[in-house]
Amino acid sequence: MNNIPHRTATNSKTQTQNSELRTQNSVLSTQNSELPHMSRATPETDTLQQWEQSTYKYGFYTDIEADAAPPGLSEEIIRFISAKKEEPEWMLEWRLKAYRHWLTMEEPEWHNVHYPPIDYQSIIYYSAPKKKPQLDSLDEVDPELLRTYEKLGIPLEEQKMLAGVAVDAVFDSVSVATTFKETLAEAGVIFCSMSEAVREHPELVRKYLGSVVPYSDNYFATLNSAVFTDGSFVYIPKGVKCPMELSTYFRINAMNTGQFERTLIVAEEGASVSYLEGCTAPMRDENQLHAAVVELVAMDDASIKYSTIQNWYPGDENGVGGIYNFVTKRGKALGKRSHISWTQVETGSAITWKYPSCILIGDDSVGEFYSVALTNRRQQADTGTKMVHIGKNTRSTIVSKGISAGRGQNTYRGLVRVNKGAQGARNFTQCDSMLIGDRCGAHTFPYIEVKNPTAKLEHEATTSKIGEDQLFYCNQRGLSTEDAVNMIVNGFCKEVFRELPMEFAVEAQKLLEVSLEGSVG
Amino acid sequence: MLEIRNLHASVDGNEILRGVNLTVNAGEVHSIMGPNGSGKSTLAQVLAGREDYEVTEGEVIYKGRDLLEMEPDERACEGVFLAFQYPVEIPGVSMNYFLRAALNSVRRHRGEKELDAVGYLKLVREQSKIVELDEKLLGRAVNEGFSGGEKKRNEIFQMALLEPALSILDETDSGLDIDALRIVADGVNKLRSPERAMVIVTHYQRLLDYIVPDFVHVLVDGRIVKSGGKELAHELEKQGYAGVDAGRAVAASS
Repeated sequence: MNNIPHRTATNSKTQTQNSELRTQNSVLSTQNSELPHMSRATPETDTLQQWEQSTYKYGFYTDIEADAAPPGLSEEIIRFISAKKEEPEWMLEWRLKAYRHWLTMEEPEWHNVHYPPIDYQSIIYYSAPKKKPQLDSLDEVDPELLRTYEKLGIPLEEQKMLAGVAVDAVFDSVSVATTFKETLAEAGVIFCSMSEAVREHPELVRKYLGSVVPYSDNYFATLNSAVFTDGSFVYIPKGVKCPMELSTYFRINAMNTGQFERTLIVAEEGASVSYLEGCTAPMRDENQLHAAVVELVAMDDASIKYSTIQNWYPGDENGVGGIYNFVTKRGKALGKRSHISWTQVETGSAITWKYPSCILIGDDSVGEFYSVALTNRRQQADTGTKMVHIGKNTRSTIVSKGISAGRGQNTYRGLVRVNKGAQGARNFTQCDSMLIGDRCGAHTFPYIEVKNPTAKLEHEATTSKIGEDQLFYCNQRGLSTEDAVNMIVNGFCKEVFRELPMEFAVEAQKLLEVSLEGSVG
Repeated sequence: MLEIRNLHASVDGNEILRGVNLTVNAGEVHSIMGPNGSGKSTLAQVLAGREDYEVTEGEVIYKGRDLLEMEPDERACEGVFLAFQYPVEIPGVSMNYFLRAALNSVRRHRGEKELDAVGYLKLVREQSKIVELDEKLLGRAVNEGFSGGEKKRNEIFQMALLEPALSILDETDSGLDIDALRIVADGVNKLRSPERAMVIVTHYQRLLDYIVPDFVHVLVDGRIVKSGGKELAHELEKQGYAGVDAGRAVAASS
């Protein structure tokens, strides 16, 4: 009885030579430089090199005097953060518990990313703009901040006018502007900063914080639990469809300040919400650690759609100065027929370590993961998802598109687990890699664990490269190489972009173009 | 319109073209024939600007400008069109998206107004008739899942859409059955005009039964060894390229 055979239906098509795909604990690793047909140095290489060296467009720095804690991590620092945020005692205790646990943990090494050791004692764990206005309107926002948003192309003024989008701007760990609160309040929706939620809705925060990602979950999540400074809190009451898309723009700004955002979204029975998260960061010299945690909870018939555009500073051509992005995102589809959907477009960061996951507990619950991850220059990404099927007839879909250019290394790591009781579980996984140039790499680590013989799983994987042939064909029809690359990459990502809310899809496309930009031809 | 003078080109150090001379005027249709490996396709690719080929000697003047100095996309915008022997697939990019982008890029270059979706579709409806191309194909990704014949028709359709001054057809007849060949040839014939020139690269004479050229050139070992009128094609059909080559050898030694 203990040996229930693993049943997996594997349907893999792989377009690249030298690659092999094994389903169980398998490794599909395509180093582009190993491909025989890529060994020839052609003028294409030069073109692509130029294109790879495109600069980070959002490199600027806003000087707002910071009110920061001294560098380093200790119980004193955690008490300082908690006091700064005027938190109740239970919150402090939770932080301290996490911190004490963190001290016993070791930084993980299983991932396929490489970076020098992080000195956790040199990081400043709290920094806030000195002006902490109580805002009634945008007029009260620091004009410098507004100008920063204008440079980013996402001015709050415009955001405010954008129908149906409420913006909770997290700037240097403290929320300085919140809009559309009244409309949301009328619907009974709570959308506020995490700090505010801890003070105003302690019963909800206490009930759900750490219920999906426990404080002891993993090294970075535990660190976050100890030192998180802010983030967003969303609560959609029973039967309420959130009247607008919710969005938050994160931004790292003060020197040496790690960002430890904590976001919690709870959708009660029959509730639904679409949450958008997007960010860009200014150019800087030192590596910055970013360890966020996002928890989603969906009750019966509830639906949560979480979309991310991530564009942290990726570092220069040599990989110096980029953001280290170690994120834990997980959703619990607790209720029957609940639905959790992750969509992410990852173009930034020197290192991306991120696996937005779904725990499908409720019967007939659905989990989805749509991802575009682009690595250029010396960026490294190790990203993917976990779909854990616990309830009956649970379904999950994974569509992952990895694009590697320059010396970028792109890894897909995914786990599909079907537990014993998950009768009739289904998963479809599609995992595509695209290589641009001959110095980048694409790696795929799909893990499948099935303990119920009724499960049906499909896994499709392809690896392709933007060929000289394709570029020449486009050129011959009058398109510049840059336009051609954008067109081909956008076409490759279409299945994911389709999942993004309209205005985000446009932004995502723009972002890919910026990330791919370079003087070609 | 096009003047090729003593063109030498090589790939990976192997010289393929060894001194090609050719003059093409507006309104003319030239056919370039020759055995496998004679350099026909290389000539087509070099004219379109494929970077794998290194031009080691000679010059190409197009509309009074040095063609070899122009990037491939600029050549295209200036009206040089290559109908590919093996059109590539571009997954995820629909034909319509691709063609409208290409068309507008060319129109921008010409200083014309860009076409909106409605204008584009109207144009497509007209031009797709020329090669009896099913409009449904245009909703698919570029060349993806197209049959051999559909790919070739698609090339001629694109030519009709982009209205090039100089069209180079690289083995457009290869892999076509007789009906498809007729449709493609009819399409090409409809596009013949006093302002346009065409260079048709082919292996077999049969395409020239449908597209009657003004001039036929025989390319052997990277050189044009014989030129003549349309009757030369028939001669070749009878004698084969060996006959022409032998004739050249005799001519050279005398």
